[in-house]
Amino acid sequence: MAQPLLFLVSFGFGFGSIYQKAGNGNYMEFLAPGIILMSVLFTALFSGIDVIWDRQFGFLKETLAAPVSRMAIMLGRTLGGATVASIQGIVVFLLTLLVGFRPQNIVMVLASFGIMFLVAVMFTSLGTWIASTMEDMQGFQLIMNFLVMPIFFLSGALFPTEGMPKFMLLIARINPLSYGVDAIRGTLIGVSTYGIHLDMVVLLLVTAVFLVCGSYSFSKIQV
Amino acid sequence: MDKISFEVEKGEIFAFLGPNGAGKSTTIKMLTTLLKPTEGTMAINGFNPEKDQNQVRQSFGIVFQDPSLDDELTARENMKLHAVLYQIPKKEQNKRIEEMLRFVELWDRKNSLVKTFSGGMKRRLEIARGLLHHPKILFLDEPTLGLDPQTRNHMWEYLKRVNKDEQMTVFFTTHYMEEAEKIADRVAIIDHGKIVALGTSEQLKTQTGKKTLEEAFLALTGKTIRDEDATALDMLRNRRRMHHH
Repeated sequence: MAQPLLFLVSFGFGFGSIYQKAGNGNYMEFLAPGIILMSVLFTALFSGIDVIWDRQFGFLKETLAAPVSRMAIMLGRTLGGATVASIQGIVVFLLTLLVGFRPQNIVMVLASFGIMFLVAVMFTSLGTWIASTMEDMQGFQLIMNFLVMPIFFLSGALFPTEGMPKFMLLIARINPLSYGVDAIRGTLIGVSTYGIHLDMVVLLLVTAVFLVCGSYSFSKIQV
Repeated sequence: MDKISFEVEKGEIFAFLGPNGAGKSTTIKMLTTLLKPTEGTMAINGFNPEKDQNQVRQSFGIVFQDPSLDDELTARENMKLHAVLYQIPKKEQNKRIEEMLRFVELWDRKNSLVKTFSGGMKRRLEIARGLLHHPKILFLDEPTLGLDPQTRNHMWEYLKRVNKDEQMTVFFTTHYMEEAEKIADRVAIIDHGKIVALGTSEQLKTQTGKKTLEEAFLALTGKTIRDEDATALDMLRNRRRMHHH
């Protein structure tokens, strides 16, 4: 919770005037969607660590020996993790209201909650997929740290993708989080670079892929 | 494992003894569908753990070496979760949960969070949970490791009672020889992934000319200490100890 708030306040108020002078408008408005998804991203990805811990010392082991399909267990886990990550996102959203962010209308806010949940499912599945193939908790944390920073920084969350050099632009375009950030921005402030339709298609597709791959890896877990 | 082969009769109490790294936990994991064997066949209550996974899982209950409870839930909630996972009919759930919790003398702690339980209480709860769906076989992996004598005694009493009243087969691994000698009908001694001896304690003592099962065991497996490399699991266990103290 502290980290998103820190980013929000320091970047939002810090870069605010520079951004405005560059003619891009209100930076807090631009920034808030990205920060909201930042907390969703972190929580969702790291929730995968339970797969490694719990399968030795926790409840997951009991579920693996139970007469329940692996798919059902994986889905249950993923939805649970995604719910927690989404709630984090909603809390950060409320925090943004405190620093002066004003979304365009209530209906869109509810729509954004739905998108938050989708992004949460996407990254929880990714975290579960990676964790299902690993036994080492520290290794998992290393990989997550290695992934989470580029995903977050090159998603258009902190700065617009327009001005970026070719290679960063390329990464931003294949980064699923970019479409999530764009979709949340689209719903909350009405500004969208890729168009909400494209965003939703990409998000749904990538989530489906991660769910399928995650289920497969999860079903192959041996304790 | 190195080509092991054995049979356990219904209603038998069977113990797998062996030094560290012999393959006891590996065997239990293969029998309980948690690990795939590289060759050979298995039959649990007539079902094949590789093909009829869910039928096999309904047939057994398991108490793992490391706890598999949800610490943030109460005893009753953990039991409820198990009842749902094993599809025990709603009408019977509460009755059976009460029956089992009373059986292991944890009914008065039913609403306490599991994280407040001692190791012995957690083990008793896992036994209650493992028996909830009336399995034909109960697997226990090093069940009394780290428990005080009173809890150990109680535990074996519960298990012997269920074994006698319901003809439930009990399969456990251990390296506490006196327990195996006192409790098990038959014993298999494994070492380096192979079964070195199989029979009643009496048979093994006669075979080796020793007076106790422990001496027979040492005669059969040798006295050198088994050094093993720390596995990922050992490292996780160390982390767990750090978290809990």
